[in-house]
Amino acid sequence: MSVDAQTVRRIAHLARIAVGDDEVAPLQDELNAILSFVEQLGAVDVSGVEPMTSVTPMAMKSREDAITDGGYAREIVFNAPQTEDNYFLVPKVVE
Amino acid sequence: MSTKPAELNDLTLAEARDGLRAKAFSAREIAQAHIDAVARARALNAYLLETPERALAMADVADRKLAQGAARPLEGLPLGIKDLFCTHDVATTAGSRILEGFRPHYESTVSHNLWRDGAVMLGKLNLDEFAMGSSNETSAYGPVISPWRREGSEAPLVPGGSSGGSAAAVAARLCLGATATDTGGSIRQPAAFTGTVGIKPTYGRCSRWGIVAFASSLDQAGPIARTVRDAAILLASMAGHDPKDTTSADHPVPDYEAAVGRGVRGLTIGIPKEYRVAGMPAEIERLWQQGADWLRAAGAAVVEVSLPHTRYALPAYYIVAPAEASSNLARYDGVRYGLRVPGRDIVGMYEQTRAAGFGREVKRRIMIGTYVLSAGYYDAYYVRAQKIRTLIKRDFEEVYAGGVDAILTPATPSAAFGVGEKADADPVEMYLNDVFTVTVNMAGLPGIAVPAGLDRQGLPLGLQLIGRPFDEETLFAAGQVIEDAAGRVALPRAWWA
Repeated sequence: MSVDAQTVRRIAHLARIAVGDDEVAPLQDELNAILSFVEQLGAVDVSGVEPMTSVTPMAMKSREDAITDGGYAREIVFNAPQTEDNYFLVPKVVE
Repeated sequence: MSTKPAELNDLTLAEARDGLRAKAFSAREIAQAHIDAVARARALNAYLLETPERALAMADVADRKLAQGAARPLEGLPLGIKDLFCTHDVATTAGSRILEGFRPHYESTVSHNLWRDGAVMLGKLNLDEFAMGSSNETSAYGPVISPWRREGSEAPLVPGGSSGGSAAAVAARLCLGATATDTGGSIRQPAAFTGTVGIKPTYGRCSRWGIVAFASSLDQAGPIARTVRDAAILLASMAGHDPKDTTSADHPVPDYEAAVGRGVRGLTIGIPKEYRVAGMPAEIERLWQQGADWLRAAGAAVVEVSLPHTRYALPAYYIVAPAEASSNLARYDGVRYGLRVPGRDIVGMYEQTRAAGFGREVKRRIMIGTYVLSAGYYDAYYVRAQKIRTLIKRDFEEVYAGGVDAILTPATPSAAFGVGEKADADPVEMYLNDVFTVTVNMAGLPGIAVPAGLDRQGLPLGLQLIGRPFDEETLFAAGQVIEDAAGRVALPRAWWA
């Protein structure tokens, strides 16, 4: 399978990465090089094989349902580019 | 009292530990020797951030502990930290512009464990952006220059990647050891390129908490050091169960240093025939044979084994790793940390921020990951790759069930290459660097790279040993046999200082 220019733009939008007109063609070539490299996986017989979900067998642990952390909103927003009163600020999303 | 060596930063970590305890020198003296060496080596671009004040403050604490006879396992030993580990109140960039200015309010579990054991932080080490690369050339802060050069040449070489800063700093004696991470070979390939020792432990051995995530089912932390023993000492402190990482394994950490001298008598070492790839340089083939001979001479049985799905590991990796990366890196949205570029609306802000903040290789991988996870392609790519991963793991399980204790392979398909040499190649050519290491991540196994010789241009070459799950001890034992037989690599003299 290979991607066309329109698909490159669609993927970029899904990935939330702006791409300029001059970037589409090189990205298309690079993505197609990778896709053609992974094409060989089609030759493997995977019938009856379970997809891996955990690389080492381990039972997921559960902990007591108790509050063990929190109460430092100022530290949480410390690295944010824009904040107000310990809230993250984003451009308006609801009209 | 022993005499003080000319340069304290030339000591191995074990020698430095023993010297500190024997009061041959102080923690402050060895910290200062490293701070000076780091300051003279800026041409290598190995450190993204130097933290000399913190190093000296930690060294003073270590000197008090040493004076009290209360030395912890790594008391006073200066280390470098790959800039993928979050360090409290010390900038952490992951080699990316998108995290510029980020100062974590927490400490990664692995680095915390090192400070708990008395180690001293020299600074943060350069890396490929988000650990995506095999040459350290994708760092937003410029490539790391290897301390190694080809004989008779001054052309700058890459130290490998993604832990290129860690490997270069260890080889150039800019720290006694360093933390690193390995998703497809990022500890073992740079170790092989720089004549150092690097171990990726079993998945789950080290906590991933506080390490900037790349591909969560593949990422593991481990040390790079100058000897097998030094790597064993560091891993013992880094490893251990952590309730904050649900994938961290609740197994006791063995005494790795004790395993170093154990030898390989009675062990069975497998040589996988599928690793004899087309176009492998004769030098690598010879080195591999030499390694098998050394292990046999030390009392191991060497047998040929088969790992039939080996050739599919790298293409399957380039589906699984980008898929996980596209999901992990969704968090860089200009809202919570790092860079923010304004846009028309909130989606525009996301798109502009990520376009400006991510480098080419990272964008490429996010886009491949987004594509293989998108509607209509998920089964054909992602589910198929995860099935192949099951087959790759099964190959190893069958070999180990047949009585093999460890597997010997080359670490890399070539020695280090020049900075910029692969710039025009398509991305797949760079990916081929990981052809021998990536299977180990796909199967969650431990793997160690040990220097085993030099090529005809005078550059180091490494061998890799792959172990059973949670049996890093056998890797240290067999790694030491190779180190003893090959002789310690003579590291390059400090042309950069």
